[in-house]
Amino acid sequence: MHELSIALSMIDMATEEAASRGGIRVSAIHLKLGPLSGVVKEALLFSYEVACEGTPLEGSRLVIEDVPVVVYCPSCEAETSPASIQRFCCSVCDAPTPQVLSGRELEVVALEIQ
Amino acid sequence: MSTQPRLVEVRQNVLKQNDLLARELRGRFQAAGVRVVSLVSSPGAGKTAFLEKMLSLLRPACAVAALVGDLATENDAARLARSGAPVRQITTGTVCHLDAAMVERALEGWNIEELDVLFIENVGNLVCPSSYDLGEELRLVLLSVTEGEDKPLKYPTIFNTADVALITKIDLAKAVEFDLAAARRNIERVRPGMRVFEVSAKTGEGMEECLRFLRAGAHGLQIADAPEAAAGYELRKAD
Repeated sequence: MHELSIALSMIDMATEEAASRGGIRVSAIHLKLGPLSGVVKEALLFSYEVACEGTPLEGSRLVIEDVPVVVYCPSCEAETSPASIQRFCCSVCDAPTPQVLSGRELEVVALEIQ
Repeated sequence: MSTQPRLVEVRQNVLKQNDLLARELRGRFQAAGVRVVSLVSSPGAGKTAFLEKMLSLLRPACAVAALVGDLATENDAARLARSGAPVRQITTGTVCHLDAAMVERALEGWNIEELDVLFIENVGNLVCPSSYDLGEELRLVLLSVTEGEDKPLKYPTIFNTADVALITKIDLAKAVEFDLAAARRNIERVRPGMRVFEVSAKTGEGMEECLRFLRAGAHGLQIADAPEAAAGYELRKAD
């Protein structure tokens, strides 16, 4: 369970970003999260609320956009999402592929500041 | 002062600081000519036993050292230090993984240029370590035969972020009715093309093959042409 330290990093980053852009209060953080980030969405949402307490972000929202895993298939050159992360293969020709194009995201994409 | 919230684009990796430091470490390791190999697994999969054996096989021909992460004790570091290799413990307290900053701090005072290989044993955990780049060149994920064949399917992320899989305690495979073919199939599903070694630190089975693999390739590390026995290997740096 490392979601709490992830949440704390996000809060630090958001506070710094907001200050540098002349904002006082952050009302929301928009995050892209991939299934291969190693971070559990529910645990992060819970940790975020706890971590915000007593900071300028208290009461802010964490808006998570789930990013799918996309793999590149060297056989047919398709870029597809595998049906599950228990099997990394091309959805078009079913060839196994280790080439992950996306799905590892743990990225703050935007902030709502006031 | 405006009270309407405005949306500002940021696009920043949450683990950016760790990733930047890891990249810097990787550069330092490459410049120093040291091969850095990390080990991840669940608790009790045999990381320390594997390392104990590997350190003694590599020494004294090869300059090896190890960093060992643990929540609370220094038991693993004490075990590894018996090999004669320099070992440092990273006690993480309640933190369930190592990060690049812990590795950087643990290396203070060591001249890494004198090293050929540095091992980093992560905290026993199949979830959290997958998010943190440590600057390593190779990440080994260990799966012991007593854990069951479906571990890769239960923890696909850690297997997917690792480079090589070791199936450990292979001497016990029969006793626990471990289905090796199924385990290999499951590893292949979550990380197609992944190199897999079957090893036993206790009997030494498979250790030599793994040793050759660890020595080959990177930074001009080579195995002697006709090794007689594991202990007799000569490690040479290609010029």
